[in-house]
Amino acid sequence: MMASSYNAKDEDGHHPGSVGSGGPGAVKSKKPDNTAFKQQRLPAWQPILTAGTVLPAFFMIGLIFIPIGIGLLVTSNNIKEFEVRAVAIATSYCVIRALCSYTAPRTKDFSNVFMYYGLSNFYQNHRRYVKSRDDSQLNGDKSSLLNPSKECEPYRTSDKKSIAPCGAIANSLFNDTLELFYIHPNGSRIAIHLVKTGIAWWTDKHVKFRNPGENNNNLSIVFQDTSKPVNWRKPVYELDPSDPDNNGFINEDFIVWMRTAALPTFRKLYRIIQKKKDNMTPTLPPGNYSLEVIYNYPVRSFDGRKRMILSTISWMGGKNPFLGIAYITVGSVCFFLGVVLLIIHHKYGNRNNNADIPN
Amino acid sequence: MDGACFRETLRTRRRWPDVMAIWKKDIRIALEEERHVRANDRDYNERFSYADNRIKTAKYNVFTFLPINLFEQFQRFANAYFLVLLILQLIPEISSLSWFTTIVPLVLVLAITAVKDATDDYFRHKSDQQVNTRQSQVLIKGKLQNEKWMNVRVGDIIKLENNQFVAADLLLLSSSEPYGLCYIETAELDGETNLKVRQALTVTSDLGDDVAKLADFSGEVICEPPNNKLDKFTGTLCWKDNKYSLDNEKMLLRGCVLRNTEWCFGLVIFAGLQTKLMQNCGRTKFKRTSIDKLMNTLVLWIFGFLICMGIILAIGNTIWEQKVGSDFWEYLQWKELTINAVFSGFLTFWSYIIILNTVVPISLYVSVEVLRLGHSYFINWDRRMYYSRKDTPAEARTTTLNEELGQVEFIFSDKTGTLTQNIMVFNKCSINGKTYGDVYDEFGHKVDITKQKTPCVDFSFNPLMDRKFRFHDSSLVEAIKLEEPLVQEFFRLLALCHTIMPEERNEGELVYQAQSPDEGALVTAARNFGFVFRSRTPETITLYEMGQAVTYQLLAILDFNNVRKRMSVIVRNPKGQLKLYSKGADTILFDRLDPSNEELMFTTSEHLNEFAGEGLRTLALAYKDLDEDVFDEWMKKLLFASTALDNREEKLGALYEEIEQGMLLLGATAIEDKLQEGVPETIACLTLANIKIWVLTGDKLETAMNIGYSCNMLRDDMNTVFIISGHTMLEVQQELRTAKEKIMGPSKDKFSSGLDMEKTELYSSDSVFEETIIAEYALIINGHSLAHALEADLEQILVDVACLCKTVICCRVTPLQKALVVELIKRHKRAVTLAIGDGANDVSMIKTAHIGVGISGQEGMQAVLASDYSFAQFRYLQRLLLVHGRWSYHRMCNFLCYFFYKNFAFTLVHFWYGFLCGFSAQTVYDQWFITLFNIVYTSLPVLAMGLFDQDVNEQYSLRFPNLYRPGQLNQLFNKRKFFTCTLQGVCTSFILFFIPYGAFMTAVRDDGAHISDQQTFAVTIATSLVIVVSVQIGLDTNYWTAVNHFFIWGSLAVYFAILFAMHSDGIFTIFPNQFPFIGTARNSLNQKIVWLVILLTTVVCIMPMVAVRFIKADLYPTQTDKVRLLQQATRKQGPQEQNLRRVRRTSSRRSAYAFAHQQGYGELITSGKNMKVPTSSTSTYPLYSPTRGLTGTSSVKNSGVNDTTRDQTETYSTGFRRESDQSQEVTVEDLEAR
Repeated sequence: MMASSYNAKDEDGHHPGSVGSGGPGAVKSKKPDNTAFKQQRLPAWQPILTAGTVLPAFFMIGLIFIPIGIGLLVTSNNIKEFEVRAVAIATSYCVIRALCSYTAPRTKDFSNVFMYYGLSNFYQNHRRYVKSRDDSQLNGDKSSLLNPSKECEPYRTSDKKSIAPCGAIANSLFNDTLELFYIHPNGSRIAIHLVKTGIAWWTDKHVKFRNPGENNNNLSIVFQDTSKPVNWRKPVYELDPSDPDNNGFINEDFIVWMRTAALPTFRKLYRIIQKKKDNMTPTLPPGNYSLEVIYNYPVRSFDGRKRMILSTISWMGGKNPFLGIAYITVGSVCFFLGVVLLIIHHKYGNRNNNADIPN
Repeated sequence: MDGACFRETLRTRRRWPDVMAIWKKDIRIALEEERHVRANDRDYNERFSYADNRIKTAKYNVFTFLPINLFEQFQRFANAYFLVLLILQLIPEISSLSWFTTIVPLVLVLAITAVKDATDDYFRHKSDQQVNTRQSQVLIKGKLQNEKWMNVRVGDIIKLENNQFVAADLLLLSSSEPYGLCYIETAELDGETNLKVRQALTVTSDLGDDVAKLADFSGEVICEPPNNKLDKFTGTLCWKDNKYSLDNEKMLLRGCVLRNTEWCFGLVIFAGLQTKLMQNCGRTKFKRTSIDKLMNTLVLWIFGFLICMGIILAIGNTIWEQKVGSDFWEYLQWKELTINAVFSGFLTFWSYIIILNTVVPISLYVSVEVLRLGHSYFINWDRRMYYSRKDTPAEARTTTLNEELGQVEFIFSDKTGTLTQNIMVFNKCSINGKTYGDVYDEFGHKVDITKQKTPCVDFSFNPLMDRKFRFHDSSLVEAIKLEEPLVQEFFRLLALCHTIMPEERNEGELVYQAQSPDEGALVTAARNFGFVFRSRTPETITLYEMGQAVTYQLLAILDFNNVRKRMSVIVRNPKGQLKLYSKGADTILFDRLDPSNEELMFTTSEHLNEFAGEGLRTLALAYKDLDEDVFDEWMKKLLFASTALDNREEKLGALYEEIEQGMLLLGATAIEDKLQEGVPETIACLTLANIKIWVLTGDKLETAMNIGYSCNMLRDDMNTVFIISGHTMLEVQQELRTAKEKIMGPSKDKFSSGLDMEKTELYSSDSVFEETIIAEYALIINGHSLAHALEADLEQILVDVACLCKTVICCRVTPLQKALVVELIKRHKRAVTLAIGDGANDVSMIKTAHIGVGISGQEGMQAVLASDYSFAQFRYLQRLLLVHGRWSYHRMCNFLCYFFYKNFAFTLVHFWYGFLCGFSAQTVYDQWFITLFNIVYTSLPVLAMGLFDQDVNEQYSLRFPNLYRPGQLNQLFNKRKFFTCTLQGVCTSFILFFIPYGAFMTAVRDDGAHISDQQTFAVTIATSLVIVVSVQIGLDTNYWTAVNHFFIWGSLAVYFAILFAMHSDGIFTIFPNQFPFIGTARNSLNQKIVWLVILLTTVVCIMPMVAVRFIKADLYPTQTDKVRLLQQATRKQGPQEQNLRRVRRTSSRRSAYAFAHQQGYGELITSGKNMKVPTSSTSTYPLYSPTRGLTGTSSVKNSGVNDTTRDQTETYSTGFRRESDQSQEVTVEDLEAR
């Protein structure tokens, strides 16, 4: 940017023919090229915000958003959601039985019912928490398994053995057990079958998370030089001994937990209650149910709350009144603004368009 | 007394910073107190290690480039800031972002700048190389050898030939011309195109071109150390036990060109960087635009804002850690280091500084540079600013000032060569009461003379004619052919009464060296009408009158000066008659006419009025037959007077007066001082754009006013033209007060309120302004008065009055004053100033003004070298300002607004997120997104807008000059605008964060799996952001070229492409730790709910803006809005007839006379010093010249060398040199000031 004002070339030029040696006879003209680009004449579309374009846009948005909003709201309202607040009892590590009565008859729900656990005031999005993991270890990398990333500190090693899975996220894996029972009018309790696979993203389960040791099914050998996370009761290869495809790092409960929530209040999918095959009886027939929680997970220390949610879903996912209301509001505001703008434009605007360009 | 006072004034006024800084490169120079140079003795001279003649303007070489360039770059605040950030990021406790988020943009920025610097330097190397390898003839070991310039050493003797550039600062030793004279053109140095004379010492000029003698020459020069004073040199030459004093008259400076001299020898005194030329080429003061300064302020503000946010979040973090975080211990153990909440807050502060650093956009500076570079190229490429006759395109010599071209409020223009072509054309004449020059058709109506249609007079009867001469009225030629005695006498006078030097290169190929172009025009006219001035000796003038050689004896030249305003010659024609021919200003000459001439005088006077009305410069011509006896007696008195010791000038003047009485009027000439094409139209257009044009000229009052009238700056219908020409401070003050009172008149309050009105940013209707425009005043002030008016006491009233006047003309101003006037306005009005000029005397003004424009394609290069923009014609200024400047400003402002908006919208999301993630400095986005957002996803559309956007096309920009107004009022980008757009950015970030927040509170996927995880959240917000800013740039773009389409859609496409690529399985398996977002794009963007959120966010972010803009344009349309609507309407209807502005010239002013304001060459001619050895048979070598004795020079032959040289210098200073005194004096002042 700082340039010397002296330019030897300038000293030289501009005396055509004055120096005997001179330049070549036919000097190329310095006339700039006549291209649309260089002359800034590129053909162009020049839109202007006029009443003709703006007002219809507002009305259009209004007309589109309000129906969408109504649709969303109706869909959302049709979703049955049932929430149980687990009341923590003074001592942690105890077993509670929460008995709940099923109030709303679920006659029409023939589809899958999803069971979520929810935590509030749990900062899964805290920076130090979020980064406290080693993705290459979780991806089955042998060297990371034995030498996890420094990000996992202070949950990196224990007893001079590397922790697998390392890090704060894994260490704080949600480990309550929820069970749901149907209470037959005659008093007997029938356990409802809860499916525990299919709750994680496909990519997570099949790409992002992989057990180390390739096809070695004996996970206990693979993990033998590692230590379990501090807070865990059992090592990672015993998360689900019954199903080798759901054990170790690829245990879906674990995968779901590892996908950290964006907000301090969140819900995560726990189990799926599959619909009945005959499509005739509701997935959860009306009646009384009892939820049994094996309470392992302490939340009281940080004033957290645990919830259990049963919900059906629709094309737009779970119950979400926010979007519907938001759409309706934005749509109405746009429509209203359109009307206001129209009135303003009609009354005051555009009177003096190009009549009085002074010059 | 006046002059001394005046100079004193100037000396006290030298406040402003050195414009031409001294080249401080070589410290040794400062230590060098005296320079010893021994000719032909390299060994001796090498002891002093003087600079050799190699020139190096390049900064780097291959090895030093990287370290030096990096060092320079990190000196810039922005780069240093990012370096600090980078270091912060390497501290793991703080690092909230990976190192690559900063290093990738930083490296990119550094690389781009480095490439630019490297190319610049490469071209500098090339031009250095070119200059350094020029050939010159050096005397080495007794032989003339060709050597490259760079190998020339101090103490070498080199030979120069005609038309060659002088290679170094030389002491002239000998030349081909008599008396060791040689002629140089110093256009490169000071812009003056007339020839200057240099003379060698007699002892050295006797060496001639005898190589052997020159090789034996072993004189030693002891002189001053290198300095930058172009017209001062002191030293002594010691040779053969004699000492000779040396001065500037014996020096040939590098950059000059040898003219009219076959060869000359010179001794190199200063070489290379130590030459005066190079010492004068200081680094240009780096100019910055107001937007630049504003931008820097804003960046500092943003920086402060950033720190505030950091502090807020750090405090939040401390509180959170105490209230919540300590309970969260179970799941999130702290390291020992972070156990203290306050310390954690401290760390968080730095973490947030890193995260939020993107509010100070690193790519801002680079993008701005790129934009300016692009705009500069558009200026260079503009065919409508290309002048084909000189093959000169417009050139943006600095690339940093473009947008300021759209804010100019004051233009300071030079006159000669800028408004005028500095070409004088003999246009009309009145001979014995009859005018010639107009063309009439068969009905007796006057025909407008146009270049092509009107036939020119055929001068083919005259073999010695000048082919370029055009005249349209054939009746004058007929009169000549009829041998009308008065017409003949008229042209004989023109051919005899002047001080021109002829040069006949080949037979019939005459070239006149005229001191003023007016004289050249008159003599050329006489030449074409058959009275050819062919050659002269000190005592004779040879004409070819209608083909016959006639030699007149030149008896005396009664030279021109400013008081006399006329010049006369006394000649004896071949018949032996004594004649006095005189030409001069009509008012002066009419007083000295014979009473019998009264009737003719009235007729001629009418004609003069007529000529003046057309803006022509006039001269009256008269002659007188002298009686032999009277003349002899007068001559004696003259000789006596010329030897008088005191009051010689007055006595001579009285004698001249005595003989110039009772003359007979011959007629009058009218010369057109040709304006450059389109000057009145340009001025009218720029005036409509509310740009004030001030003419600052070294010319006389009359000439300046004349040009003022012909440019339409002054008009007859103006209320008053104030002429300030007081000689004392009180007079000037009184005159200014009167003028102010007259303008203010009764409505004083109203005007003063208008005056004092600060430039408000809300400047809607300029009623006050218009009122001042309705009443039109003009101010004309001359140099003497200006010197007083620029004193601290008067400058305020000067500014007041000048700004109330529509036209301001300052005449007889020195270059220094030009700069002072510019400085004055800069200080008082806070307005953007532009100075335009072509000569060296404009350099100071060009360097002082915010923007300096040089007229290129002329002879001198100084103005262009000092300028920021250069083009060949004044009229291109209109296009430069109204089209390029306006666009640049508009584009830059839109660019900046958008840029700040974009970065705030992008970054502040983190701020909101801070409240929900425990103030832990967790980022919302993927780190790669942060890295790429500014440099990949959003850089090109905004660059395309900044490069190509046109709110109004060029035709309309020129048609509605008041579209220029927003720039002057600084309306498009100011602090208010900045707040608006950052506020918009803040709102956008708020919406961008909280709509997804609301939606994701309870959201799950349509397969029941959870979706409210961080990665999906990040992708949703990032996608919304990219879409929102793309839509916003679409709204901001007025002119969608294919490039804009390509970049906007391309950026969106690239975003999605990169998103999916980085979230793909493949890249994850290779770098699992760097790309943890595997599959997020797929799993979230296939959800309807995510798209619904994006759509909602976009609409909520954009629609309010649309509504606001629409309302604004609908209810309070700006000029631009109106013109755009008109433009659109016109485009739909098809092209319309454009109402071209016609500027009429209406003036009936009596004009000035046609003389340069300098003293003539007379004495140099009569002393014969500038004559070559005569070749013509008709002339004789000067034996006796009546005027030679007058000057006090005892003899031409140099006996006592020292005395004679001094005397000769004096001769020049009274004669030949005087012409440059006025301008030179200034240059001296000027250069000393530096």
